[in-house]
Order: sequence, then structure tokens, then C-alpha cells
Amino acid sequence: MFDTLTLASLPPEDEALRPRIREFLQGRLESLPLDRRARSWQGFDAGFSRALGEAGFLGLTLPRAYGGQERGPFARFVVVEELLAAGAPVAAHWIADRQSAPLILHYGTEAQRRQYIPAICRGEALFCIGMSEPGSGSDLASVRTRAERTASGWRLNGQKIWTTNAAHSHYMIALVRTSGAAGDRQAGLSQLIVDLSLPGVTVRPIVDLTGDAHFAEVFFDNVDLGEDALVGQEGEGWKQVTAELAFERSGPERIYSSVVLLDAWIAHLQAAGRTDAAPLVGQFMAELAALRAMSIACTARLARGESPVVEASLVKDQGTGFEQALPLAIGDDLAAHPDDPVSPELYRTLLYVTHIAPSFSLRGGTREILRGIIARGMGLR
Amino acid sequence: MDLLEPFTRMLASACPPAVVRAVEAGEPWEPLWDEIAESGFLDALVAEERGGAGLPLAEVEPLFEALGAHAVPLPVGETMIARALLSRAGMAVPDGPVALASSAVQAPPCLSVARHVLIDDGERLQLTDPASMASGTPVPRRAEHGLRPLAAVLRAAQIAGAAGRLLETTVAYANERVQFGKPIGRQQALQQNLAVMAEDAVAARIAARLGCAGELDLSVEAAASAKSVASAAAARVATTAHAVHGAIGISAECDLQLLTRRLHEWRLADGSEGYWNARLGLLRLGTREGSVDWVRGAIFQAG
Repeated sequence: MFDTLTLASLPPEDEALRPRIREFLQGRLESLPLDRRARSWQGFDAGFSRALGEAGFLGLTLPRAYGGQERGPFARFVVVEELLAAGAPVAAHWIADRQSAPLILHYGTEAQRRQYIPAICRGEALFCIGMSEPGSGSDLASVRTRAERTASGWRLNGQKIWTTNAAHSHYMIALVRTSGAAGDRQAGLSQLIVDLSLPGVTVRPIVDLTGDAHFAEVFFDNVDLGEDALVGQEGEGWKQVTAELAFERSGPERIYSSVVLLDAWIAHLQAAGRTDAAPLVGQFMAELAALRAMSIACTARLARGESPVVEASLVKDQGTGFEQALPLAIGDDLAAHPDDPVSPELYRTLLYVTHIAPSFSLRGGTREILRGIIARGMGLR
Repeated sequence: MDLLEPFTRMLASACPPAVVRAVEAGEPWEPLWDEIAESGFLDALVAEERGGAGLPLAEVEPLFEALGAHAVPLPVGETMIARALLSRAGMAVPDGPVALASSAVQAPPCLSVARHVLIDDGERLQLTDPASMASGTPVPRRAEHGLRPLAAVLRAAQIAGAAGRLLETTVAYANERVQFGKPIGRQQALQQNLAVMAEDAVAARIAARLGCAGELDLSVEAAASAKSVASAAAARVATTAHAVHGAIGISAECDLQLLTRRLHEWRLADGSEGYWNARLGLLRLGTREGSVDWVRGAIFQAG
């Protein structure tokens, strides 16, 4: 089973991007403390994202005609791997570059492509994804936010919640009901691009348990949108979202969320001259290697133009399990040596990752939902 | 992959569960061995100029997986490796099954059905006979420098093959077995466990292939990561396979045990996950690179 998920290697021409992105990062992160870098793809810095765009590191999978680099998923893998390993603050452009632009490229009109994709590639147009609602989390097909036809386009009413980066974003691609009722499930859903500066849109940040406000609730009160707000086909929103999630679930962002903590812990062990933790270090290295190979295998399928929905779920479930195991095991290791000093910076990093880690297997589809997708992929149910 | 198809076909016909059971019960193994030897695959890793197929380890790895999937009770993968190493060293290659000794004190898998045992202390190869090893002829203490990494990736591949086969049969069983008026595979609790089983099977396979991506002179890091991931997966896969099958899976009559017993044997053979984790961790702690860089360089050989 899953025979298509097999060893693939990064092409040399994409591997060649590695020294370039390292050179770019040189001097930009040193002043960031570890616990800021540990925010990984939740660290927001719009200036950093624009600089990445200017240097040609955004839109790697997108056509040159729309301002992209036309390199493909492997190039994105290399650049993203370096950004995450270094703990670069990439949140500003992350969703736009990973999901929104490919979605618009695939399903959007020519006018939509020209309007949004070049700005995404410059790191200037920031996007968020409107999926969850107060009554719709894992049961995404039950969304109630509704867009009605008007003479000039759409009128939007409803509410989204837990929307990552909504407070900083210019646009939301929202999954909304355009026909039927909540009981119609997947039928009657569509994706709309919502300009978050329009009248009737209210964004209210939600403070998380670490004190950050990375997500928000978003209210739509008679928001008037043009005809061109619709992405793809009316009523095809579910199918489009499913394809989009394969992009979201398979990348290296699903294995590296705790890697800044991992490296800080290893540096601590080395400074203390401790080799007793070697078995745990070795276990993490072995698991990291297998996950990286699986993530590259998924990337290879994206590069062939396929949509590895089940395989991406498989990699994400394992990857987030790894990301979540790290802070717990590292915490145990450090506290198993209560008389050894731990730097406040390492300790803050440990606490941050420990506390935010439960979100790793919530964002982009919960663990239980992903395992259900895998089970269905194997012919169960 | 045109190798794999005939190899798998040969194993399916020569080594069905009844034959595995017969060999385990002490009946003559020679007919099975002869059939495998005549198929010509034993020299897959031997260089072409020495009369072999000259295939790289990466292309032979799927054959190791197939040996695992069919629970082959003879040291076929071991013999492929031994023949390649002996011929490369310019030594005579004997007929018959060869076991690989990677420990000075532990008997290797298939010792009782081997004609020879290959020993390597990291400096030179040596053949001994199984009886003298069983009766305590010491293997050099430096065995961990020699055959252990190669034996470890062979075990990792066998684990991957057996785990893949167990996944198929366990999913099929979950779709057939009816309780509470519906197939047990419709229960979410089972689905969640079977999804994790699939993840383990895929991880073991990709780790084994990553471990076999290099040449015969494997890096310790590549072997360590392959065997660590596969061994850890082996225990969990066997556990879930049994949990889904229920009591029938415990019976000797059910074929399940032919694979789950081997998963446990291969998990422990040539270093368990604990052994390889400790070695890998010490190597990691000896470098100043970041973890992603180190994994790329040491395990992926910067690919």
C-alpha cells in the first residue's frame, strides 16, 4: 500500500538554491532570540517577507508570467527547509505562497491571476484561509457563512474563527455556502476572495495561551463583493479545498516546527558535555531522516502534478507527532538533571514549544480527521 | 523493478506458508534453497566482472523486502551480501546459505539452516562453520565495525516487507470480520489504529530504502537511522496486527504469526532501535552543525 510514496531525491538545480537562501539569511536572524525563532511559521515580519520576495525566494512554484520563479515544488522544499531550520519569521507570506497562489493559479480567472499572484510573489499581498466557524471545525462541510447573489456580485454574511493571521492579512479565501443549506454538506460550497478592508468586515484577534495573537475571529456583515470574488466554480468549493489541503499538509513545515528547540537542546548537551542523552538524540535524528524522506516523496508527487491527499495526511500525522514529542521528551531530559543549569533562553523556548505544540496536530486538519482519511484511503469504512 | 516481479513470483510459488512451517519444524530446507539458488538471484550484488548482476544495493533492497513479506526461513539476503563481499575481497565463494555474524556473542538469524557463517572484524573477512559458532568459537569483538551496518539495513528491509504484508492482511481482515452487525473496520477506534499501522509500515519502508541508497560500504549513520526506525515500527506493527486479529491471530494455525514472530526477531537482530539510537546520537553530539544539516549530510549524503 502507498507504493507511490517512495524515495526521491532533490534535483541538483534546486539543491543549488540552498547556498543562496543561506546567504540571504546571513545577518538577518542573529538578533532574534531563540524563543522568537521557535515561532517558526507563526513568526510574523512583513518586511522580511517582502525582502524574500525581492530576492526571488517567493513564488518558486509559480509561472514567470505571474511574477513567480517557475521552479516547482522541489525548489520550494529546499528554501522552506532552510527557512524553518533557521527559525526565520515567515508567517506573513506563508499561506499566500503555499496555498492561495497555487489555488488562484489553478482555479482562478486570468484577471484574478494577474491581480493577486504577482503581488504574492513580491511578498506584498498577504492571505489567510477562512475555514473554521464557531459551529464548524473538523466538520468543515457544515459551514454556515453564506454568500447570496446580488446584481453586481455577492453579499456575504457570517463568521469565521481561528483564522491564522487574519489580523495581518489583506485577503481571505473563504469557504462559504452559496446555495442550499448546512444539511446539504459538501454540495453548494464555494470559495470567495474577500478583501478584508471592505466595509462590513470586522477582524478581532484572539490571544492564544502563549500570549501571542496569531489567530482571529472575522465577522462579515452584509459585505458586498464583486462578481470576481468567486474562485473557480460555484459549488465546487469542497473539491478545491481538498486539493488545496494537499499543499498544506505535505511540506517540510509539518516536520520542522520544533527544530529550533531541538538544536538548542543539542547545543546545551554539548556545552554540558553530556552524552547520556545520546539515545534520545539518535532517536530524533533517525525519525527526522525518515520524515524528511517521506516529505520529499510527497513533494515528488506534487512535482508530477498529482494531488497526494492521502499520502500528505500520512506524512502530516507522523510529522506533527514528532514535532509534539520533542518538547515533552526534551523537557523530561532537562528536568531529569535538576542540578544542571539551563539558560533562560532555552527554558523559554522549551515552554513556548511545549505550550503551542497541541496546535501542531490541529491546524490544517486534526490528527483524528487525518487518520480517518488514511483509513478511507486503505479501503476501510 | 523488472527484477522484483519474477523474484516475488518465485517466492510465492517456492515458499508458501506450508513450506515456511516445514522448514521451521526441521524438515529438509535444501529443496527450497536449491530453487532459490537456481533462480540466479544470489549473485545480484556481485560485480559483473565476477559473474554477478552488479546491481547496486538500492536495486536489491526491494528483494530483501520481498524476502521479509514471504517470511523466507533461509538466509537468502544474508547470502547475497556475503557473496558480494567475498567476491569483492577476491575470496572463494562457497555454495549454500551463509549467515552474517555481527555480534561476538549472539547467534545470528537462520544460524541453524546455514552452511557457513561470515565474520568480519572490520579488517578482514572470515568464514566459519555454524556448528563451531554455535558451540562457542569466538567471533572477533570488533564485529560492530564490520557487518553490522549491512546486516542492519537487510533487517530493516525485511521488517519493511513484513510490515507491508501485515498491513494488507490486517486491513483485509478488518473488512471481513463482522461484530456488532458490521465489519470491525468500520469502527473508528480500529481505523485510527490501522492508520498508525500504515504510517509505521511506510516509515519503515522509506527508512530501509534510505539506508540502502549508498554502496555496500554503508555509513553507520545511514544504517542506524534505517534500523532504528524499522525496529521501532516493527514492534508497533506486530502489536496492532494481533490486536485487530483477536484470538485467532494467536493460534499457530493462523499465518499471522509467521510474520509477527519474525518482526520481533528482526527488530532485535543486529542491534535494536536502542542500540542504533545510542550510536547515532553519539555521532550527532560530536558535530556542531544544525540537525537538518547533519541529517542531510550524514544520512542523505547531502542529497
